[in-house]
Amino acid sequence: MTATARETVLRRVRDALSLSDGPAVTVPRAYRTGRSLPDEERLALFVDRLVDYRAQVRTCTAATTAAVLAEVLREHGAQKIGIPPGLDPAWLAGYDGETVTDSADVPAPRLDVLDGVVTASAVSCAETGTIFLDGAAADQGRRALTLVPDLHLCVVDLSSVRTGVPEAVAQLTPEHPITLISGPSATSDIELERVEGVHGPRTLAVVIRTDR
Amino acid sequence: MSSSTGRATNDTFLGMPAVPPRSPYGTGHLRGERTFPRAAHDELGNEQLRRNLGKATHSIRAKRLAVTGELPDWEQLRDTGSAIKTDTMNRLPELLEELERKVTERGGTVHWARDGVEANEIVTRLVRDTGSDEILKVKSMATQEIGLNEHLESQGIAALETDLAELIVQLADDRPSHILVPAIHRNRDEIREIFLRHIPGVDPALDADPARLAAAARAFLREKFMTTKVAVSGANFGIAETGTLAVVESEGNGRMCLTLPETLITVMGIEKVLPRFQDLEVFLQLLPRSSTGERMNPYTSLWTGVTPGDGPQEFHLVLLDNGRTAALADRIGRAALNCIRCSACLNVCPVYERTGGHAYGSTYPGPIGAVLTPQLAGMHGAKGDPNSSLPYASSLCGACFDACPVKIDIPSLLVELRHQHTEQAGTTAEKLAMKAAATVMKQTGLFTTAQKAAGLGRVLAGRDGTLSRLPPPLSGWSDSRDTPAPPQQTFRSWFASAEGAAAMRAAADEGARHTDDPQEAS
Ligand code: SF4
Repeated sequence: MTATARETVLRRVRDALSLSDGPAVTVPRAYRTGRSLPDEERLALFVDRLVDYRAQVRTCTAATTAAVLAEVLREHGAQKIGIPPGLDPAWLAGYDGETVTDSADVPAPRLDVLDGVVTASAVSCAETGTIFLDGAAADQGRRALTLVPDLHLCVVDLSSVRTGVPEAVAQLTPEHPITLISGPSATSDIELERVEGVHGPRTLAVVIRTDR
Repeated sequence: MSSSTGRATNDTFLGMPAVPPRSPYGTGHLRGERTFPRAAHDELGNEQLRRNLGKATHSIRAKRLAVTGELPDWEQLRDTGSAIKTDTMNRLPELLEELERKVTERGGTVHWARDGVEANEIVTRLVRDTGSDEILKVKSMATQEIGLNEHLESQGIAALETDLAELIVQLADDRPSHILVPAIHRNRDEIREIFLRHIPGVDPALDADPARLAAAARAFLREKFMTTKVAVSGANFGIAETGTLAVVESEGNGRMCLTLPETLITVMGIEKVLPRFQDLEVFLQLLPRSSTGERMNPYTSLWTGVTPGDGPQEFHLVLLDNGRTAALADRIGRAALNCIRCSACLNVCPVYERTGGHAYGSTYPGPIGAVLTPQLAGMHGAKGDPNSSLPYASSLCGACFDACPVKIDIPSLLVELRHQHTEQAGTTAEKLAMKAAATVMKQTGLFTTAQKAAGLGRVLAGRDGTLSRLPPPLSGWSDSRDTPAPPQQTFRSWFASAEGAAAMRAAADEGARHTDDPQEAS
């Protein structure tokens, strides 16, 4: 019987390693980890980075969440929004447009008729202005939901904002589908001129809750 | 037969390790039709290319310096990135098996491909099994390397590139010229023309405003995203520990392809595996900052096998060798496999900036391409192999080494490759030609060093106008003395001068005279 491709490739890898001297290495981890900054500094850094990415940023408190969300949606003329099934209904108490609760069996083209989507988020990184969405979390929804509509309003708890990338990555559940978002989608493919929103949402609005 | 390591193959001795084969000659896109000096000469006549490339590389370079300078631990991150990759190569067999096990546990199917031909066949079969005759593509070097699109086309399967630049290149029936900005050789008016001619139903009044051009592509592709059932992607990383795959992108076309189709097929070079999920914390800092000069790219997708109710319900991972094990068996090739394809080395390379990506004849252009391409595909497959000219496609100025986030010492690797090549070059004529090319590049090296130093003058030069440190390989010399500030003439002006042109042509002609009829040597 001839060897399978799997056996052949693995044998080649082993042969290669025995032919070429590869000194054992220990991986140094001298870069910064375990950083934390006080709330105000983390917030300021995160907002600075988000704005740099041309995301629209607002802050709110637990008490003003519904009012701020309603205001942002109104500003963008969002009449019909999609939400993941586990989104806190209190957040949309002030919104008077139509709300469509997403589920796995809604075909993607139906998401295309939504004006926007509102989700929570898993964790964020202040230093890079990155928001991590956990597709398995009930308040963040499946990946298509935050991808197809043109406006993504993402709610971030300041307590979930970590300082750097290592601190944020450590919060993730690796096996879940995870999407990292840093600003709206963008391209620089035409003469390096930045254009927002090629395929993903053209607008990313972030509402940061500074308390719970 | 010869191998680039000069080592005799031990096929005859059972149980002895054999030198793994390179990518099969004449397949895929790892070899141009002409030697580098010859191809470069024609590209040099392309003013548009040079202007666009100059603008692109300089602007990305400036952004990169700004965002890497922002991190006080940048050097530590590079050290870690480099060590993780080296460690990965040392443990590749077990890591690949672990990756396979985890992906399979999570509902994915893993396939192994000895070379590009086999990978193309696997993907074709998988697409056929879905009953679909069209697929969406996420920009991927691996699938470009193996010529997947062309193969699918020949099998009656239409493959549509969804990255804007790749789409432009594909519609124009062109080739990418840069790893990161593949259509950088095109300007907005050309792109408008391409869209008008090739996108069905596009508004004839479309103007050349980039925002409007992007919107036209958005409308065209959105319909495809909604209806196409199969997508093919590459992967930036594959995590052995968890079976997680990662794709890093900007436009959202990747997210679309990775999320909306029913079937996802990912083709990944075996060197892209990373041991631990935690390693992402390093590479998610190194890659975007080195690549586009951003703190983070707009979108990164991580997925592990299949998630019920979310995304493609069928997932296939094709693990590709195609000369990677041959590279792994070689000290030089091994180091080159650490590359994370950020393209930083292209953007700082004066030779690349001048000639553009096409002159390298390979999917992998620029400094790293000059090392990696001969390693994957060999340089002695035939007399006059264009790949044998690649180690000379550099001025050895050292800028690429300084820029590389995983600290690949490209200049040293190129010198070593040159040495191997001259040791083994079959004919005296070829040796002569390569010597000529080397002389040319040695000359340019002086100017390039000066140019690079001038560019970094603000950083390196003291107020007295002297430089205290030169890039390697001259750093050994400059470490012990000050160098006067460099003259104004640069490699660019030299290359463009009559003298430079004559020298390049002489080198090319000398090589061509005896070696223009490629034939298999073994
Ligand atoms: S060799 Fe280094 S700098 Fe060049 S593309 Fe690869 S990782 Fe980036």
